[in-house]
Amino acid sequence: MAIPDWLDDLLWTYQNLIHSLGINGLLALSMYVVLAVGQLSLGQAAFMGLGAYSSALMTLRLHWPFWAVLPASCVVPAAFALAIGVPTLRLSGVYLAIATIGLGEVLRAIYLNVDLFGGALGLSGIPDSAETWMIYALLGAALLALWLIGRSRIGRAMEAMREDEVAAQVMGVNIRAYRMGALLASAVLAGIAGALSAHVSSFIGPGEYGFEPAVTILSFALLGGIGTPLAPVLGSTILTLLPELLRGFSDLRLVFNGVIIVIAVLFLPNGLLSWRMPRRAA
Amino acid sequence: MTPCGMISGGMTALLRTEGLTRRYAGLVAVDAVDMAVEPGLVHAVIGPNGAGKTTLFNLISGIVAPSAGSVWLGGADITRLPADRRAQRGIARTFQNIRVFGAMTVLENVLTGLHARPGPGIAATILRLPRFRRMERDCVARARAALDFVGLADRAEERAAALAYGDQRRLEIARALAPEPRLLLLDEPAAGMNPAETEALGHLVRRIRAAGTTVLLVEHDMGFVMGVSDRVTVLNFGRRIFDGAPAAARRESVVIEAYLGPKVAARLAREAAS
Repeated sequence: MAIPDWLDDLLWTYQNLIHSLGINGLLALSMYVVLAVGQLSLGQAAFMGLGAYSSALMTLRLHWPFWAVLPASCVVPAAFALAIGVPTLRLSGVYLAIATIGLGEVLRAIYLNVDLFGGALGLSGIPDSAETWMIYALLGAALLALWLIGRSRIGRAMEAMREDEVAAQVMGVNIRAYRMGALLASAVLAGIAGALSAHVSSFIGPGEYGFEPAVTILSFALLGGIGTPLAPVLGSTILTLLPELLRGFSDLRLVFNGVIIVIAVLFLPNGLLSWRMPRRAA
Repeated sequence: MTPCGMISGGMTALLRTEGLTRRYAGLVAVDAVDMAVEPGLVHAVIGPNGAGKTTLFNLISGIVAPSAGSVWLGGADITRLPADRRAQRGIARTFQNIRVFGAMTVLENVLTGLHARPGPGIAATILRLPRFRRMERDCVARARAALDFVGLADRAEERAAALAYGDQRRLEIARALAPEPRLLLLDEPAAGMNPAETEALGHLVRRIRAAGTTVLLVEHDMGFVMGVSDRVTVLNFGRRIFDGAPAAARRESVVIEAYLGPKVAARLAREAAS
């Protein structure tokens, strides 16, 4: 092939990081979709876990080919999003956030205690069927779709809801349908990210989808912003690269994450990329 | 047909309320109000502070659910419809405390108002199908026409939050008018305006009426109400105490009493008699 040796070496050395950048980009978009309609969910890690576990079982137990596993991996997260969204999205405020934190904890307990999910050992021996190009193709497709949606009637409705729900409703925006649609899209994106991560790392465990990764995913969007779909991906890129650059600090790395979140909230209320996309297509 | 709504022309009305009631803990904000708004007219709801005017508007636009009674639009019962479905059926409104989308441009605000009209759907949006492009172009044309109508055409690309107060009010009216509603609700449109702005607003309301849109408005400025309204409904403590021509409302003793209190009203009546 035409790839020079030095580049091949680089890609090989940083393979894990390259995968993480793409997968975290998808998770950042999963967070963005919910925040873009003015809702707060802390269930992205839980949806990711559902995608990871369900896809790993489809591969290991059902022996499905990966091209079937990948699209099927969003079914279970979407079903859970519906089950959580229907009762909580009728209410405004923090109900969705609380319910999604609860979902993450309940699922962690289930993964730990049900044999099918491998208990504390998790599931191992997952083939590395996910290719780097698949991750970036899906990230690119998701970015493009969200960009095109943002610059349309739907994007206007989403921003209107975020600014003033009552006014948006009076303009004819069905806010319950939009909230549900956003949560479903978010679960699908996180589920696919989970399936991809399970099929590049060969092992998944119950501790990977708890409260801490949920907060990390939220911080992608807090740091990057939600003015455009690119902003949270910038946030996830920085927060994925940073621990690598700070390797020398070992255990203090997580402290840096926390400090960055606090600084972002205090000094960058609209995120690093605060530019707001125009809402027209024509 | 109507149990207690002995209102002339009630069956041809564009909007009708029957026994419309909203109770809050220990307070009846709107108390069994029967009202009919005739198509093509400017109909004002007036009354002292706390009379229930804004609650009545919220009940009609669907932001607040009634405790009892019903709301009818063009002969259809819309009592159970949420606000967004009512908007799709042709009810548009503005707010007493301005609620423009500050971060959006002026044009984007009006485009958002056009959400009350059907859209192309999510697949056509992502694929940028011809249907999407056509509808988007149509929306921009309608939005520009609405901005032109209220005199904000040259401000289209400015941030809405940067507009002066009076211009934000006009932007709200443009946003409400853009989808060509059957009924436009204006909640205290002259609040905070100086006399010149109020006069311009009166002119605008008359042009809206001339363009065929029915207007229902709540207003405190009596001069403004008398100048633009074809019909007046007076509320006091949530109850309808008068319904008729504006000129008649000024002579009606119950109305004067509601505004000035019984003592002053009685004195005025004695003075008028002598």
